[in-house]
Amino acid sequence: MNARHPISEQSRLFVSGNEAVSLAARDAKVKVAAAYPGTPSTEILEYIAAYPDIYSEWSINEKVSLEVAIGASLAGSRALCAMKHVGLNVASDALMTQTLIGAIGGLVVVVADDVGLSSSQNEQDSRYWGRFAHIPVLEPADTQEAYDFTRLAFDLSEQYQTPVLVRLTTRICHVKGMLETRFPAAPTAKQGFLKDPARFVMVPGHAKNRIPLMMQRDAVLLSAAEASDLNVVEQGSDELGFIVSGVAYQHVKEAYPEASVLKLGFSHPAPLEKIRAFSQNIKRLILVEEVEPLLEKELKAEGIALEGKSILPNIGELTPVVLKAAIEGHAAEVKTPPTQLIHTTQVFPRPPTMCVACPHLGVYYTLSKVRNTYISGDIGCYTLGAGHPWNALDTCISMGASMGVALGLDKGRQDADSNKKVISVIGDSTFLHMGMQGLLDLTYNKANVTVLLLDNRAVGMTGGQNAPSSGINLQGEKTISVDFPQLVKALGVKEERVHVVDPYELPTLFKTLRDETKVDDVSVIITNQPCVLTERYHAMQPLKVEDSDCNGCGNCLEVGCPAILVSRRETVVKPNGSEKELAFVNIDTAACTGCNLCVGTCGPKAIVPAQTIISGYAADHLGVEIKS
Amino acid sequence: MNSATVTNILVAGIGGQGVMTAAEILSETAMSLGFDVKKTEVAGMAQRGGVVTSHVRFGQKVHSPSIAAGEADVLVAFEPAEALRWVTHLRPEGVAMVNTFRLAPPVVSIGLFDYPDDPVTEMKTSKREVHAFNAGALALELGDRRLVNTIMLGAIADQLPFDAEVLKASVLKRFQHKSQALLELNQKAFEAGRTAAKQN
Repeated sequence: MNARHPISEQSRLFVSGNEAVSLAARDAKVKVAAAYPGTPSTEILEYIAAYPDIYSEWSINEKVSLEVAIGASLAGSRALCAMKHVGLNVASDALMTQTLIGAIGGLVVVVADDVGLSSSQNEQDSRYWGRFAHIPVLEPADTQEAYDFTRLAFDLSEQYQTPVLVRLTTRICHVKGMLETRFPAAPTAKQGFLKDPARFVMVPGHAKNRIPLMMQRDAVLLSAAEASDLNVVEQGSDELGFIVSGVAYQHVKEAYPEASVLKLGFSHPAPLEKIRAFSQNIKRLILVEEVEPLLEKELKAEGIALEGKSILPNIGELTPVVLKAAIEGHAAEVKTPPTQLIHTTQVFPRPPTMCVACPHLGVYYTLSKVRNTYISGDIGCYTLGAGHPWNALDTCISMGASMGVALGLDKGRQDADSNKKVISVIGDSTFLHMGMQGLLDLTYNKANVTVLLLDNRAVGMTGGQNAPSSGINLQGEKTISVDFPQLVKALGVKEERVHVVDPYELPTLFKTLRDETKVDDVSVIITNQPCVLTERYHAMQPLKVEDSDCNGCGNCLEVGCPAILVSRRETVVKPNGSEKELAFVNIDTAACTGCNLCVGTCGPKAIVPAQTIISGYAADHLGVEIKS
Repeated sequence: MNSATVTNILVAGIGGQGVMTAAEILSETAMSLGFDVKKTEVAGMAQRGGVVTSHVRFGQKVHSPSIAAGEADVLVAFEPAEALRWVTHLRPEGVAMVNTFRLAPPVVSIGLFDYPDDPVTEMKTSKREVHAFNAGALALELGDRRLVNTIMLGAIADQLPFDAEVLKASVLKRFQHKSQALLELNQKAFEAGRTAAKQN
């Protein structure tokens, strides 16, 4: 295979890897594209949504997105689905059987591994799925290749009748680089869906006939990988050579420009003969893989001598500095060993925080005030509740896990925990993604769990994307909006155990939570205020602190709003001789949007409406827009 | 690592401060001059008030997208504690441009960590060339806090391997379809940044 499409006459573009994938989908004449948002893959579908010839959607989860793509492929159309690494875990049930069916229209799964864990609960290597599902894996090393390889993936998929995995990593998705697009694919007339139960209905009798065909396909794909110009030798010094795929190729070229390199773009099935031939002329051969020693085990089993994870880390990015330190030993002469040149004091951490006026602030302030709780959390902005000042999250595992884990905490409780209240916290989009089943398990199995369903009508953490709770689809068109009280009642929660509460009304929220945790049943408390990153949120008059009225109690700081700043601290000695730390505050009026949460925590009523509004910089950096 | 031919600019600040826009403008400018350009940042949770850095690399051919510690030619810091955090990324002959307008995160507000006493003075002990001025206050004087971005780009305009006027043109290009007043304001801000950098 060496069929890179000819460059079109368009001028050079400067785009991210994610946008390059979307342009490739456009030019490959994809008909259907589906995804659930997830860093670092989210933007792929946001870009695709702008192309009117492609049907695109936010699916409710990654498994459904793959199923939609599968259906489109069986209908004879090219289809793409995109997801982050943990999303492919969810989608894998469909993938593992679809590989037996193969593909009719080109079927491409774009998976983005968060190497370096910028915004994920784990760091896993999706190349395993290529082995597990017997499908080819393509690994672009830059923006141009993200485009080219995605185009090629569709050709491969149709030529060999297989789903194809395009593996991206954070430093492909979110790096902008040069791109020259190529001529669009010629439209091909397809026959439409052709019934073929022996192939499309995977019952045991049919599936067992497909397995030998899949094995035959493995052999054909191996030949294709051996012949592919995506697997290319760059001859350099024979003293030092690298086998490398993905963005790590760039790091190798940066650190060792003189070395020989076998760059694997079509990395599974591994082109063993090409690798063996390359390895024979190299004195020191190093295999550079982000993250797991996957290819290393395969090559060592083939008797190919090389170094890999014995010297390289199996976590994080393999940047030039990491490579040099590993390959030359830590004593090696790095050009400017920075930590030896500059000593500075450790700067405070700046962890991600909840936005100014975020409705979750009221929820976590309340949770931090309720005693004797075990709080089972979920994946989303509310995971930030584990941090300061709330410290009100005890578990976070995977999308939708909060309720199943809560049920286990309830049913598995030891005597020591008999007085503990078990609470689940989950957002609207996560609930619809994979949480509904967990709630049904709670009601069916008579759990004693209080569920906080934080409905902000958006996928907040990835930037406020729409979901079935938004009433708006990917294209911004009006659609259904899930009725959560009705939904949770349909899942077995009793009418009197369902409460809809405004999270800015602290006394009501506190009372409802305290009352419901006392009831031995499943309760659901739904909060009903929108994500501040979305257009549904309307800013109100900002607040300020009357300095003369502030008594330094610091209660308002426990809300955790980033617009509340300490202006000065004092230590006072109380009549009983003990010392008390006072923190006097002010409010960044330019950032404040007047949600009034902090007002309820202020004893001396020092927080009052501000008269003037300054728009701009500080408001922007805190993620809130103010109209002046 | 390709230091002779690749220019490395590290833009550092806090999510939403305009770090990515500044890096985008620098990248577009380098691209318009025919350079190979790569720009990277880690988004995702960074937009929640966390640290954000954007790496801009340009030259004949750029491989690795990220700037290694000790390899940055220019550090543009939108906040002084962030400047101190990233000063280790400067090469010995590198230049730091610092906005001294402080933004303390909640972990500092609630007293878990201290804000460094004097980040700029501490940076200067590193023997790097450090320019520092309050771009936040300057922006307010000019009438809009959002001008910080343009001011900081003006401040580094004379530290780059291309003419300051080229950068200025690409900054102003962003405003050419907006009001004349906004265009002039940004022009003024860019020049104010250049002047401030020379004086500090």
